[in-house]
Amino acid sequence: MMRLPWFGFHAPRTVAEAAKILAGEGPQAMLIAGGTDLVPNMKRRHQSPQTLVSLRRVDELKKITNGSGLKLGAGLSLTEVIHSDKVRAGYTGLYQAAAQVATVHLRNMGTLGGNLCLDTRCTYLNQNYEWRKAIDFCMKKDGDICWVATASKRCLAVSSTDTAPALISLGAKVKLVSSQGEREVLLADLYANDGIDYIVRRPDEILTEVSLPDTAGWKSTYWKLRRRGAFDFPVLGVAAAIKFAPDGTVEAARIALGAVSSRPLATKAGDSLIGKKLTDEAIAEAGGKAQNVAKPMDNTDLDIYWRKDVVSSFVGYALRELRGDDMRDTRMRISRQAL
Amino acid sequence: MRAMQQVHLKLNVNGEEEEVSFAPYKTLLEVLREDMNLTGTKHGCELGECGACAVLVDGQPLLACLELAVECEGRAIETIEGLANGSVLHPLQAAFADLGGAQCGYCTPGILMTAKALLEAEPNPSRERIREAISGNLCRCTGYQQIYESIEEAARRINEARVQA
Repeated sequence: MMRLPWFGFHAPRTVAEAAKILAGEGPQAMLIAGGTDLVPNMKRRHQSPQTLVSLRRVDELKKITNGSGLKLGAGLSLTEVIHSDKVRAGYTGLYQAAAQVATVHLRNMGTLGGNLCLDTRCTYLNQNYEWRKAIDFCMKKDGDICWVATASKRCLAVSSTDTAPALISLGAKVKLVSSQGEREVLLADLYANDGIDYIVRRPDEILTEVSLPDTAGWKSTYWKLRRRGAFDFPVLGVAAAIKFAPDGTVEAARIALGAVSSRPLATKAGDSLIGKKLTDEAIAEAGGKAQNVAKPMDNTDLDIYWRKDVVSSFVGYALRELRGDDMRDTRMRISRQAL
Repeated sequence: MRAMQQVHLKLNVNGEEEEVSFAPYKTLLEVLREDMNLTGTKHGCELGECGACAVLVDGQPLLACLELAVECEGRAIETIEGLANGSVLHPLQAAFADLGGAQCGYCTPGILMTAKALLEAEPNPSRERIREAISGNLCRCTGYQQIYESIEEAARRINEARVQA
């Protein structure tokens, strides 16, 4: 039986109060929202915070606000995100990504902000303490070496968030609030390609809000590769968002990949589509470019060479769907969900 | 700060408020099973990967193994112990018994609670919706077919009783 370690517990009611507690407690404190990432990690002693600051009772983090685009509170559960008509209508890629996270139970608990801050994952890390001790640990926690590539100077744990690639392709920004003030960063700039320091959020900052731009003229989609039809973290995520001219010419295109790097990977593969129509040739070219930059590591499910090989196919599915092809059968075969 | 103190709070379980004392690091699953003697909720993977510990909190199915008990004050918790009405089985329990929906039975409490939430939200779910709703509950006896049929049968019986009432 895996017990949680001891911790102090705070349940503030406002962001300001939470920020003040975080500042006072220092880096030994951690935020907890849905707990679906942190609690298993604490049970396996990946993290042992002295203090937990719960965001569950902070109502201001659960708002959906209309403006020129859409603002989503980071404390919304993934289920609430999926059930938002505004998300479904204007931000299909986000809806599809959120709907493919884990399972119904975990989506009822897990939050949007939590999925964006999801800890990086690795077969050599996500094991109980005794298992990790038996391999003399790894550099992400308690050890010195990266078992994925023993010569690696950095941790190669893999970014496993579904919503981040979708939100990056949609041009989202996030707000970070601390007791010192607040700042807004482009979501694509929130991450770094390092399994340990994968996020530039400081320990005293709270990710409070996701801002989405207006999507008039844009279409978006998210395709996820996983072994099973539920539960699994992505083995590959492909998010694409395209702005079409009325005649179908691509005016802007963003393709982001998940699970092939220590951060959600914003690619330049969409650039090759600009000024063109989504012909099979244009789609194949963009797929090839995305595949070139994908670097799956041997630290999650399925064969790494195959995982790289299917990147262009998945980009193809995404772009053909945005072109208007009927991809429902392919979608059902791959995700086993009607989305 | 490491005071070995117990947390005292009131939990509302199956419609009854109960004062409970427990170590503050305990999950809802641990408190239900160890401090309230409600062992119907099963202890599976402990990591959110199996669904055996599913309970309803404010009507929503979630995983008791990942829910901190200190976060549960003031929320309505429903467990398998509250499903039957005295000696009368809930239609879901009756249908599972009649149609072989339970084999070894370990996943059954989690599936019953998850199915209860589904049928309360959607009285006539399609097979596809049932599959999706319980996709977070693993059955290693691989009896999903009977489980789907049992939930469909329970839905039919509940709707029939509703028409008669």
